[in-house]
Amino acid sequence: MDAFKSIINSLSEPQIMFSFLVLVFFFIFPPSDKLYRIHKKLRLDLLWTNVGGVFIFTGLFVFFGLGVTDENFRLIVTKPDNVPIVGLLFLTIFFLWLSMKQGRDNDIRLAEGQKPNEYHDPEDKVLVWPDLVYIELIAIVLCSILLMVWSIYLKAPLEGPANLADSPNPSKAPWYFLGLQEMLVYFDPWLAGVVLPSFIVLGLMAIPYIDSNRKGQGYYTFNERKTEISLFLFGWLLLWVFLIFVGTFLRGPNWNFFGPFEEWSLSKVVPLTNINLSELVYVRWLKTGLPDNIFLREFFGISFVVGYYLILPPLLARTILKKFYSKMGIFAFSMFVILLLTSVTLPIKMYLRWTLNLKYIVAIPEFFFNI
Amino acid sequence: MTEDAINQNPNENPESQNKPEVSPPASPVGEKTPPIEAKEKVSRRSFLTSATLAWGAFAVATAGILTGAGRFFFPNVLFEPPQTFKAGYPDEYTIGEVSERWKEKFGVWIVREKGMIYALSTVCTHLGCTPNWLGNEKKFKCPCHGSGFRSTGINFEGPAPRPLERYRIVLADDGQIFVDKTKKYQHEKGQWSDSESFIAV
Repeated sequence: MDAFKSIINSLSEPQIMFSFLVLVFFFIFPPSDKLYRIHKKLRLDLLWTNVGGVFIFTGLFVFFGLGVTDENFRLIVTKPDNVPIVGLLFLTIFFLWLSMKQGRDNDIRLAEGQKPNEYHDPEDKVLVWPDLVYIELIAIVLCSILLMVWSIYLKAPLEGPANLADSPNPSKAPWYFLGLQEMLVYFDPWLAGVVLPSFIVLGLMAIPYIDSNRKGQGYYTFNERKTEISLFLFGWLLLWVFLIFVGTFLRGPNWNFFGPFEEWSLSKVVPLTNINLSELVYVRWLKTGLPDNIFLREFFGISFVVGYYLILPPLLARTILKKFYSKMGIFAFSMFVILLLTSVTLPIKMYLRWTLNLKYIVAIPEFFFNI
Repeated sequence: MTEDAINQNPNENPESQNKPEVSPPASPVGEKTPPIEAKEKVSRRSFLTSATLAWGAFAVATAGILTGAGRFFFPNVLFEPPQTFKAGYPDEYTIGEVSERWKEKFGVWIVREKGMIYALSTVCTHLGCTPNWLGNEKKFKCPCHGSGFRSTGINFEGPAPRPLERYRIVLADDGQIFVDKTKKYQHEKGQWSDSESFIAV
């Protein structure tokens, strides 16, 4: 059991877990035809069947069931603040499974030349009275009971009077902001707190204008919209839900990483000394020392960022995103590719921090400008 | 769904659409509105006068409310500790140690090194949390995003983009350390060599 726990602990190092999830993600939600064929060949689509659902949830329940026998795991999972996140994990996976299952069923029907399941919806109508109203009544009663039990058994996380000099350790944002808090570890506040959240909101609003695929309107499908679904789920599952999960369960005192079965020790020492790109280039590689001129100093970082946004879009338009470029036209494509590139900056910075201990690509603290 | 709705009552929809077109102009709606001639004519001059009066009154009222709201930014009483304080004699601080004596009351760490004493701000330069001094590891560590600072205030871990700020610190006439939080010295601006950013001992 202890060996199992230590294996889980070391696997949940974010470097390992995130890399693993990214790798597996594109086989489970393949964005291209090629990967989709591999996905089919590996029979990964069986996850989206009833048997697959039983398999997924048995796995989850066994993990949590065995996990709560461990004291550290129990402490984190049953903390009143964290209970909703446990619920969120199960609900996210359940609804993901449900919609993917409906998509898979329809894909099979469509491949056989049949109409999608939803086509028959108007035939099985439900009457408002009494059918719908009764369902709503039952839902209200159940929700009220749930809320009462919740409020009785889970104490509100209240603390002593506010004191400037005493920050709780770790200091955690409300659960829905933990993704942002995790982003703040890798970015300057104005980027992770202002620019990127605005991009998320604007990007979500832009989806109907960017997504030119007319397939899948009014019915679930995966195969007909695999690129769209795959890209959206990458952002939703790996760059948002995963970050909330990490922030809730794996970030402990001093904002260090802790495995799910590891004790939250205040004295855990992790060497995290990090440097800016300018220091890496001038001090480590060229061994000349930092130039006094800010723009000379940040030349490499600025050219990296400018190149990322100016060179990559046309390059992508001519290579792997060629199909999109010809279908979308230049305006929608530029919007799409800039949103895509911006969302990818997060994993890029995470990996740069984990491998090169890189703090900022462009660091001009003189003007509060750090990327 | 929309197709269904149309098919269910095919007789009603076209009728309701056609009605306004077929019926004569003397519809019930037209009768209710009074003829334009019956209204008293408003002259251009009186309109301008009343409009100026109305907008003027509106502007005055808005300005009054804004002034009243702006007054809240300058409260009569401020419940915050004074910005300057005396922090005792230099001998009270051990060389090579970070003193947390004034952290809670004034938000200042007094650090004594060999040859100098300086006052560090307890505000993390990343997003403003209060870091903790970890004596064993000789570093300040922020519990919010994991920024780390050396005892000098230099940032070396996590996302903090610049070192902790130092406050003006001088020796008062009675030989005590005098800390003035209204003036701060930032390393990235090259201000730490300023003579009042530290006390030479």
